[in-house]
Amino acid sequence: MSENRPENKKKKQPLSDRRKFILGMARSVGLATLGGFVWSAYVDEVTAAELLLRPPGAIKEDDFLKTCIKCGLCVEACPYDTLLLAKPGDHKPLGTPYFVPRDMPCYMCPDIPCVPVCPTGALDESSVTTDGKLDINIADMGLAVVDEESCIAFWGIQCDACYRACPILGEAITIEYQQNKRTGKHAFMKPIVHSDACTGCGLCEKACVTEKPAIHILPREVAMGRAGDYYIKGWDKKDEQRLKNAKEIKTTTELSKRKASDKLNGDLLEGLY
Amino acid sequence: MKTLWNNYRYLFFRRVTQISLLVLYFGANAWGWKMLQGNLSSSVILGVIPMSDPFAAMQMLAAGAIMATNLLVGVTVVVVFYFLIGGRAFCSWVCPVNMVTDLANFSREKLGINKIQGIKQPASRKIRYWVLALSLIISALMGVTAFEFVSPISMVHRGIVFGLGFGWAAMLIIFLFDLFVLKNGWCGHICPLGGFYSLLGKFSLIRVQHYEENCTLCMKCKKVCPENHVLHMIGKESLPVLSGECTNCARCIEVCDDDALGFSIRNMAKNKKTGE
Repeated sequence: MSENRPENKKKKQPLSDRRKFILGMARSVGLATLGGFVWSAYVDEVTAAELLLRPPGAIKEDDFLKTCIKCGLCVEACPYDTLLLAKPGDHKPLGTPYFVPRDMPCYMCPDIPCVPVCPTGALDESSVTTDGKLDINIADMGLAVVDEESCIAFWGIQCDACYRACPILGEAITIEYQQNKRTGKHAFMKPIVHSDACTGCGLCEKACVTEKPAIHILPREVAMGRAGDYYIKGWDKKDEQRLKNAKEIKTTTELSKRKASDKLNGDLLEGLY
Repeated sequence: MKTLWNNYRYLFFRRVTQISLLVLYFGANAWGWKMLQGNLSSSVILGVIPMSDPFAAMQMLAAGAIMATNLLVGVTVVVVFYFLIGGRAFCSWVCPVNMVTDLANFSREKLGINKIQGIKQPASRKIRYWVLALSLIISALMGVTAFEFVSPISMVHRGIVFGLGFGWAAMLIIFLFDLFVLKNGWCGHICPLGGFYSLLGKFSLIRVQHYEENCTLCMKCKKVCPENHVLHMIGKESLPVLSGECTNCARCIEVCDDDALGFSIRNMAKNKKTGE
C-alpha cells in the first residue's frame, strides 16, 4: 500500500486499463444487483394473489406461475367468455388466466376446450381425465362456501337457487331439512356443500339471489383446512388407515429423565418438607 | 412518387406485417379466426403448427417448470424460423413495441431532441445482455418467469388482443423513455428479448450486405439505423453486417440512393468476398 501512495497523489494520471475494467465491472454488477432487487420485489408482489380462481385442470399455483406462458389460448377456447387474462390494473398475476364466477361462471363443458389447447401443461389434461376420457366433474377450480349469516335459507326463507343451479345436482350441494325452532312451525332447507363433489364452477354463486352472493367460490387452498395426521375419525376403518402416515415425535425435556411412576412412588413429597 | 416508394418500401412492408399480425391475433380472440391463435408468447398457426417464445421457455426452464413437448416443438419452430430470416427480424417486423419506439425516434428527430442531447449516448448497448442474464437469475431464484411478469412487449401485445387495462401506460413509459431519456433506449439498449434474438441472430442466414464500391459516403444509412454501430464497415469495406444486433429492418437499404446496400445470404456473401 505504502508503495502505491505517491502514485495516487498524481491526480491527473489516467486510470490503467485494468482498473477501468474492474471499476466498470463492479459498476455493472452493482447496477444489476440494484435492478435485480427492485425487479424481484416487484415480481414477488405481483405474483402474490391468493384469491384467484384458475381454469379447470390448473396445476398447483406455485407451479402454475412458472409454467403458464400467458398465451391466452385457453381464454380463446372458452365458448362462454368465462376466462380472462389478467390485465395491468387487475391486481392479479399479469397475463395469467382467471375467472370471476359472479360475472361469468364456468359452465363445465364436457369436452373442456380450454385444457387441451394449453401448450405448456399449466392446465394438466390428466387431472381432468378418468379412464382416458375428459371428465369435467373431477375438476378442482375451487370450493363453494356458504355464509350462513347472509344465506336466506338459513333464515328460514325457502330458497334453493344454488342447489338448482349446481351442474352436479344433488351431489355437490344437498338440501338439509331442519326444524326451525325460532318459529317452531317451519322447516329450514339449508344448502350444504360437499367438498368431494364440488368443482368450484361457480354456477351457484352466479345464481345466488342475495345482493352480494351468500355462496361464493374460494380456491381450495384458501377454503379448506387440514386436520393433519394426529386426528382420526373414531369407528371408521378407512380413516384409521391414515395413521400409517403418522410419525412419532418424542419430546425430551428435563422432566422426561424420570418416569412418572417414580415421581408418584418416591419423591412426590420430597419438596414439601 | 417513385423515390418515395423506393425510400419507404421496406418500412411499408414492415408496418403491413406488424399490423396484419396484430389483426390476425385480435381476430382469433374476438371472432374466433383460426389462422393465428394465442399471442406472441405462444400461438398456433391454422390450429396445427405451434410457436412459442424461446426466451419465455428459457425463463420457465430457469424457474424449474416441467417442459411440455408441445412447448419444445413451438420453441424449435420459432428458433429455426429466426435462424433463417435473421434473429432480430422479430424486433423490426413482428414486435408491436417497434411501432412505439419508431414513433418516439421519429418525434425525437422532428423535435430536435437529438441536437440538445448530442451524439454520445450515456448508456451501453450491452445492458440488454445484463438484463437477459438477470431475468434468468431472478426466474431461478423466485421460481416464476421473471421477465414475462414485467415485459412491456407481452403487456402491449396481450393488451391489444385480450384487452388493454393499464397496458397503455407501459407503451407511454417506453415512448417517453425513448423520446426524452435515451435514443433507441428500450429496443436498442434494454430489451432482453432483443438481446436474446441478437444472440440467435449471430448465426442467422439473411444479412445486409454493403458494397463499398457504390458507396458515396452520404451516411444516410448510419443516420437512419437504430443500431448504427453494426454499420461500422460503411465506406470502408464490402462486408456483410454480421452483428446479431442488426434487426434486418432494411431502413439502410431503402434510404441508400447508390445501391451500396442490399440483402444477401450469409454464405453467398462470404463467397463474393473471397471471389473479389
